[in-house]
Amino acid sequence: MARPLAWLGQGAVYGLLALGIGYCSSNPDLTRFPPDMALVRLSFAHGAERREPCRTRSPEELRELPPNMRRPQACSRERLPVLVELELDGEVLYRASLEPTGLARDGPSRVYERFRVPAGRHQLTARLRDSRRAEGFDYERQVDVDLRPRQSLAIDFRSETGGFVVR
Amino acid sequence: MNRLRAALRTAFERLEVLLDAAFPPAWNPLYHLGGLGFFFYWIVAVSGVYLFIFFDTGITAAFASVERLTHDQWYAGGVMRSLHRYASDGMVVVMVLHLVREFSLDRYRGARWFTWVTGVPILWLVFLSGITGYWLVWDTLAQYVAVVSTEWLDRLPIFGLSIARNFLSSATLDDRFFTLMIFLHIALPLVLLLVLWIHLQRVKRPEINPARGLAAGMFLTMLALSLVKPATSHGPADLGAVPADLGLDWFYLGLYPLFESWPGVASWGMVLVLTLILVALPWLPPFRAAPAAVVDLANCNGCTRCALDCPYEAIQMMRRSDGRPFEAEAVVDPDRCVRCGICAGACPTSMPFRRASALIPGIDLPELTVATLRERVDAAGAELRAARRAGAPQVMLFGCHPGIDVTALRNEAVGAVSLACIGQLPPSFIDYVLSRDLADGVALTGCAEGECRHRFGIDWTEARLEGRRDPHLRKRVPRERLETIWVGRPETGRLRDALDAFLARLGEVEAPKALRRAAVPPSRQLEAGADHG
Repeated sequence: MARPLAWLGQGAVYGLLALGIGYCSSNPDLTRFPPDMALVRLSFAHGAERREPCRTRSPEELRELPPNMRRPQACSRERLPVLVELELDGEVLYRASLEPTGLARDGPSRVYERFRVPAGRHQLTARLRDSRRAEGFDYERQVDVDLRPRQSLAIDFRSETGGFVVR
Repeated sequence: MNRLRAALRTAFERLEVLLDAAFPPAWNPLYHLGGLGFFFYWIVAVSGVYLFIFFDTGITAAFASVERLTHDQWYAGGVMRSLHRYASDGMVVVMVLHLVREFSLDRYRGARWFTWVTGVPILWLVFLSGITGYWLVWDTLAQYVAVVSTEWLDRLPIFGLSIARNFLSSATLDDRFFTLMIFLHIALPLVLLLVLWIHLQRVKRPEINPARGLAAGMFLTMLALSLVKPATSHGPADLGAVPADLGLDWFYLGLYPLFESWPGVASWGMVLVLTLILVALPWLPPFRAAPAAVVDLANCNGCTRCALDCPYEAIQMMRRSDGRPFEAEAVVDPDRCVRCGICAGACPTSMPFRRASALIPGIDLPELTVATLRERVDAAGAELRAARRAGAPQVMLFGCHPGIDVTALRNEAVGAVSLACIGQLPPSFIDYVLSRDLADGVALTGCAEGECRHRFGIDWTEARLEGRRDPHLRKRVPRERLETIWVGRPETGRLRDALDAFLARLGEVEAPKALRRAAVPPSRQLEAGADHG
């Protein structure tokens, strides 16, 4: 190929490379969420009560233990599952019994769930049971929300602050 | 698998021929994809150091500091940021092309398995380095990357607590997690460099710097792109809103829409299965390699030429084991030998003139020995001369298996012998053909210039012919009767044209005195060739 043509050819190759990289580094756009929807995320890590209640050790039992292990209460490690329920306008969005984590099942139960809901006014109700009770819930929170399009609403749970936290 | 490889190879070869028309061989980007990968790495590293100087590592201040870099000092920080991004993208482009091309050329099996397998973690490290980089800008794209990445990681049942919880809301946002990302974005490229070093352990003289012209062309391309389309951020991250319309960098984040929408088993399964397939590819199916090169100690004087010429570090010089008065002997590692025969071409005992004893060189390819080569040359020469017509010159054409099938070009004017690699041809064979009057000229062909299938076959051959590398072509060989034609496989037409032109030139060449020795009895020719060894 004649030299000027070769230079042109090289320019074309470099130009195509620049075009490809320049375009694909930010195009085509990804539209991943409908404009009339909002997102509700439910996430927490919470340890339920122990499966067996703690028992107070007798003075004889304590005496038999090495001094550094003489804790007055004897507790099993395994925890109960956490029952969680989320309702939107009276309809159940999510209900699950969350098993404790860990090989000894002594870790917190955890959840991370996303729900696409229509933007607008809604009533959200979150409930949680973490005790040995057979019916009902230990925590419940009901909030009225006005979700903007593409708003992301987070529902957390912190027992130390009284239960569900909506952000 | 063979059909896929052949189709890809044909596509690459056509593209290479096209680029050969525009680029000199040393500048053809397809011949230097690995070196270009390194070049882009250094651009990314240098620009990254500059950006880090001005980058604020606090999660609330990161976005603002990147904006300042991009807009307030667009001429320096902005350009550096764009170079950082586009060179990273360029790295993915050349890396993927390099992978596919090596696959198409069947350079991933047999002795090359190590280089292939160590390339797989490089893929992961490059992508992880890029992904952690996007995280640091902390714009809505970073938010998307952070949320999808952590949700995807959470689908693995190995983490006690949800990582994605860190990005639930601004209140749960943990500054320490962001610090971890900065650490990873620096540490991963350093690990990448280490793995790149391991990747090249079985490659002699690896090309880690492309030719200056090619490097300059690539750098100017990246610079021009940075000025024309500077890299910019999306809006600042807001965990109270869903990042919806995103300009993804598809080179790094192309799989993210799948990670987000596919179930964990499917998305993790896809990635892990793809990785496993890549790792296992050298054995799918197992490579049935020809026997590796063998050393014949009786003919090896430990001259080291084979070890110096081997492109794959498959030959080591070890202490002499047979008690003969030489310092070293060549030892072949069959696991590294790719059966190119370049070692046999380098051995000074690969001497076709030898008739008194069997032609067994110090090192040889069992599948295509130097003795077999001589037989084929003799046969091709006899065939040629039987068809000789007065005034019509004839050429002995040497080619290689990976290149054009030279045996298909045989006719009354062209005799042809194919080798494992053109570097397998000892220069004394050229002397042999001409001094024995087996042909009027010798033509050497192989792969396209700048892209020898066995890396150094063309380089070493050129150097031997020019007397720059042992074993030299003897000075008595008339150079006007020798032609080298380096063309790619799809360029049979070019090879034919070059042969026709060579034959025409030969017709004009008067036989030099040296060739008249063809009439000398074989016993005296043997003496004449003895000074090769």
